[in-house]
Amino acid sequence: MKRPILFATAAMLALATSPALALQIYVSNEKDNTVTAIDGNTLETLKTIKTARRPRGIITSPDGKEVYVAAGDGDIIDVIDTSKLEVVRQLDSGPDPELMAVDPKGGTLYIANEDDSMATIMDTESGEVKAEVPVGVEPEGVGVSPDSKYTVVTSESTSMAHVVDNATLKLIENVLVDTRPREAKFTPDGKEVWVSSEVGGTISVIDTSNWKVKKKIGFEVAGVRPELLQPVGMEFTKDGKNLFVALGPANRVGVIDPKIYEVKDYILVGQRPWHLELSPDHSKLYVANGLTNDMTIIDVASLKAEKSVPVGRLPWGVAVVP
Amino acid sequence: MRPIDGAAVAALLALLVLIGFGARAADETPAADAKPPAVKIAIHYLTKEYEEPVPLSLVDPILKDNGLQGARLAIQDNNKSGQLLGQEYELVEDTVPADGDVAAKAKEILKDGPAIIIADLEAKDLLAVADLPEAKDSIIFNIRSGDDRLRGEDCRFNVFHIAPTWSMRADALAQYLIWKKWNKWFVLKGVAPSDQDYDAAVKRAAGRFGGKVVEEREYKFDTANPRTDSGHQQIQTQMPEVTQGAPEHDVLWVVDTVEHFGEYVPYRDYDPRPVVGTQGLIAVAWHRSYEQYAGTQMQHRFERFAKRVMTERDYSAWIAVRAVGEAVTRSGKSDVADIRAYILSDAFTVAAFKGEGLSFRSWDHQLRQPLLITGARSLVSMSPQEGFLHPKNLTDTLGYDEPETKCKFPK
Repeated sequence: MKRPILFATAAMLALATSPALALQIYVSNEKDNTVTAIDGNTLETLKTIKTARRPRGIITSPDGKEVYVAAGDGDIIDVIDTSKLEVVRQLDSGPDPELMAVDPKGGTLYIANEDDSMATIMDTESGEVKAEVPVGVEPEGVGVSPDSKYTVVTSESTSMAHVVDNATLKLIENVLVDTRPREAKFTPDGKEVWVSSEVGGTISVIDTSNWKVKKKIGFEVAGVRPELLQPVGMEFTKDGKNLFVALGPANRVGVIDPKIYEVKDYILVGQRPWHLELSPDHSKLYVANGLTNDMTIIDVASLKAEKSVPVGRLPWGVAVVP
Repeated sequence: MRPIDGAAVAALLALLVLIGFGARAADETPAADAKPPAVKIAIHYLTKEYEEPVPLSLVDPILKDNGLQGARLAIQDNNKSGQLLGQEYELVEDTVPADGDVAAKAKEILKDGPAIIIADLEAKDLLAVADLPEAKDSIIFNIRSGDDRLRGEDCRFNVFHIAPTWSMRADALAQYLIWKKWNKWFVLKGVAPSDQDYDAAVKRAAGRFGGKVVEEREYKFDTANPRTDSGHQQIQTQMPEVTQGAPEHDVLWVVDTVEHFGEYVPYRDYDPRPVVGTQGLIAVAWHRSYEQYAGTQMQHRFERFAKRVMTERDYSAWIAVRAVGEAVTRSGKSDVADIRAYILSDAFTVAAFKGEGLSFRSWDHQLRQPLLITGARSLVSMSPQEGFLHPKNLTDTLGYDEPETKCKFPK
């Protein structure tokens, strides 16, 4: 096994030459209990960082100084210092954390506890739990509105999007969507929240002014069995022109025009793309492919897959640090 | 691209809140935060104290609540969602003694009209319940019997089968063996009636997928009480004798549906060949080795709840209760007739950790579901295997498909 040594050397070199690292990409490897840190420019692996068991959800703090990694079987959130490329502290998230979202203003972390029918709301500095909000069975996705006012938590078995008022930390609305909702993403203008339903095979678009489903978007690819078109991770470009959605077993990323709610393209990636993330300037999209142990880089302007780089086993999610 | 108007969903939510249940709803004390009274849905779990075969393996626990715990957990799951939707589910557990009359108990359940019954019953008792005139408009979930006749010549319109059939198991395993190019099978079968059924399914699978049964042998010995001290010494010498002299084969397919001898075949057969079938590499709907598609969360939730590992029958019972929950939530209706209509509609699916929505085949009311191909300690594969083709739904390559069904439902 030569690779770990090479990784370490690369990391040391990188740290030695540039204390303020440029663009970094972090990929959580569910099966390896590691996070792969990649140099966003050279696409070389900087370091493979050991985490607690079963790392899945992975996000960057608004200031880019930290990356939060939800380790489901470790019942903990590992916090990676992005200047040191190592886990510097842990947050007690409650059992089985899966996806998380951080308040755009920073300071508060919203966590879905998948095994526990609960969303945990936590102070990112102190790790203090501000509230635990009971939601439906198997909470999964979490999204915070751009104005920080609302958090939407999905529950897979209950098939709902639960809306939490962030001021009172109380549940104010429960919206039924299609079967096994995964991720919840607010549009950049905050007027809609989009919820992907894995088994239902649709995205529900919820109007945030009345919390009603205003539109549903389905998928069709010639030659692909419909039950394989399972929307999971989603990402909006800030210009409002694209919503990228990983379609899991269909081995594709769907591209939707959010203004007209229509799928405009499908991009073939590795096997079982799960979650994805955009570069800070939204020119590139990074996709974690669970079954092929790699990450695909898609050029946003041309909507073409440009390259794929190896990561660890069962890559799950991606976080980007400017 | 198929945009769907969300108004229907919104309307449904409003409707759910509005549905009352006549006089029964009036008894409800309003919840502390003044939610409207919940719709109540009762689900019956009907079983009999059958004398079940004791597992040959000392590793397997002897269970008294096999199946029931899955139903109990699913009621809890339904109620967690139900709290938010104004639904309240109740499990009514009815156990008949070994010499008791299941049909009489069913009549009691049905005295107020059609009911939802999870039937943890053997084929004969299941049919006795299904054939009661008062059960005509009920929903009866079969979570126990894998008998293909119940989905064929003995099918009933009011019965929905969640337990996989012998033919589904044999087909699932056969597809994997063909993928492995292990297509020569030596079958060693027991003498129980259900062994003959499974054996017929193995031969059918060989014909469908290109396997070859090179020899078939019966294991006729009486193992008496298998759980005896030093029993292994006799088995060590007996099993090679029983399996000696078979033609060239890739696997030994053991057919022992009643815990009679199958567990003793692996590592003891005359030729060094893998053992598949009812023991060794098996095809099941659920297993502890399974973690895919959020299966891990189900395993953990069940173990916390029941303090033991989830069995296939627990899983089937869980699906039955969840199917009702899904039908009530999606249709916005809670009458048995409406739930049945919704379950039979094209819109119905229930998610059960298989990566696709599960639904009932219209021609025999069998739940279509992928099966796990697993060893004792780790998952090996899932069937249907890619590469086998079906014009409509790949999962319908497991078991009896529409053109070959012997079931004739009344039009």
